[in-house]
Amino acid sequence: MLTALRCVIVRDLLLAMRRRADVLTALLFFVIVVSLFPLSLGPEPNLLRTIAPGVIWVAALLSSMLSLSRMFSEDHADGTLEQMLLSSSPLGVIVVGKVVAHWLVAGLPLVLISPILALQFDLHQSLLWVLSLSLLVGTPVLSLIGAIGAALTLGLRGGGILLSLLVLPLYVPVLIIGAGTIDVASAGLSAQGHFMILSAFLVVAAVFAPLAVAAALRISAE
Amino acid sequence: MLEADNLECVRGDRTLFSNLSFALNSGELLRVAGTNGSGKTSLLRILCGLLSPEHGEVRWRGGKIHSLREEYWREIVYLGHSNAVKDELTAAENLVVACTLAGLKVGRDQAMAALHCFGLADCAELPAKVLSQGQRRRVSLARLILSEELPLWILDEPFTSLDAAAVDYMQTLIAEHVARGAAIVLTTHQEAQIASVAMITIDLNSRMI
Repeated sequence: MLTALRCVIVRDLLLAMRRRADVLTALLFFVIVVSLFPLSLGPEPNLLRTIAPGVIWVAALLSSMLSLSRMFSEDHADGTLEQMLLSSSPLGVIVVGKVVAHWLVAGLPLVLISPILALQFDLHQSLLWVLSLSLLVGTPVLSLIGAIGAALTLGLRGGGILLSLLVLPLYVPVLIIGAGTIDVASAGLSAQGHFMILSAFLVVAAVFAPLAVAAALRISAE
Repeated sequence: MLEADNLECVRGDRTLFSNLSFALNSGELLRVAGTNGSGKTSLLRILCGLLSPEHGEVRWRGGKIHSLREEYWREIVYLGHSNAVKDELTAAENLVVACTLAGLKVGRDQAMAALHCFGLADCAELPAKVLSQGQRRRVSLARLILSEELPLWILDEPFTSLDAAAVDYMQTLIAEHVARGAAIVLTTHQEAQIASVAMITIDLNSRMI
């Protein structure tokens, strides 16, 4: 079982490495969207500081959506997905592998680059790590929820837009709590409560999302 | 070993086949015949559990495949229409990944040996996107060499886009596997290609068994 998990993660990372353009597109999208706000709103430090958490979180949301539709569609097109459905390991395990790989490729880079982007918003240094930490806990939830949407819209025409309509509303709680973490911390309060809720989201999503994705994939494959 | 009981398959509004029953024992080869669109691929997908039949059930050693799930899938190889070969991975990587997912422990050396048997020794390290259609088919068929101990092969058009030498080699593989006491279900339009093996034929058009 663990062999299959490792095999899927390594395979997807290898594929991402050989298709670096896709990964860089999502990352550059994140960088550009975040940078547009300071450019358009002008150098007003108080305003920028206020909007920073929201802007960075929304951009992270949109950027991680970009690669979602490819999560299963290519495997579906070339027949690899069928082989995954017929694997001797439970499908849930394979799904976990795919989600982990998606997060490593589409989520982790955002977490790492966010403190640098936050400098444009004059965010206080002590808040930078709160921002990164909130993204570190939040982006895996985005990948997990997104995987459900990607599996449900598999093989549909115009699935990309449907996927956004399906997944974005489900992202809202994560967005509110995630961006709220930095707001609370900037007001000088403890962000522990927000982190707890965010971690609870992660735990619940990590347990239930793979099962939902597996069920959705079986239906899509018929 | 494999029993199909009263299967009915409906795609869209069309009933492709109904009341289809057969049993396949070890050491037997079942050929599914029929015109295009007669439901050959659907039948194969039902047999491996990718598709649920409208009615009826498929049993493996007496147990329903829908309750056996991974236990059943551990014992079969299904090679479908699409080759399940990733463009960006090399032929050898593709083969190792496919075998690992299927639950077989396959090292690099075994994968290379299997590719060598299919005449792909020179392209084992090339990304699959530069391979021809026939070569990709061989990469996916090479999995069979590493699945000799699995008791059921389900092959959808295994001979398509293969050259004469590869067709010969596939025939030997199939004959050897049946002689070993395993069961094979396959679809093919060329009856002569597997003439050397005793086989049962199901024609989905005339429903002759």
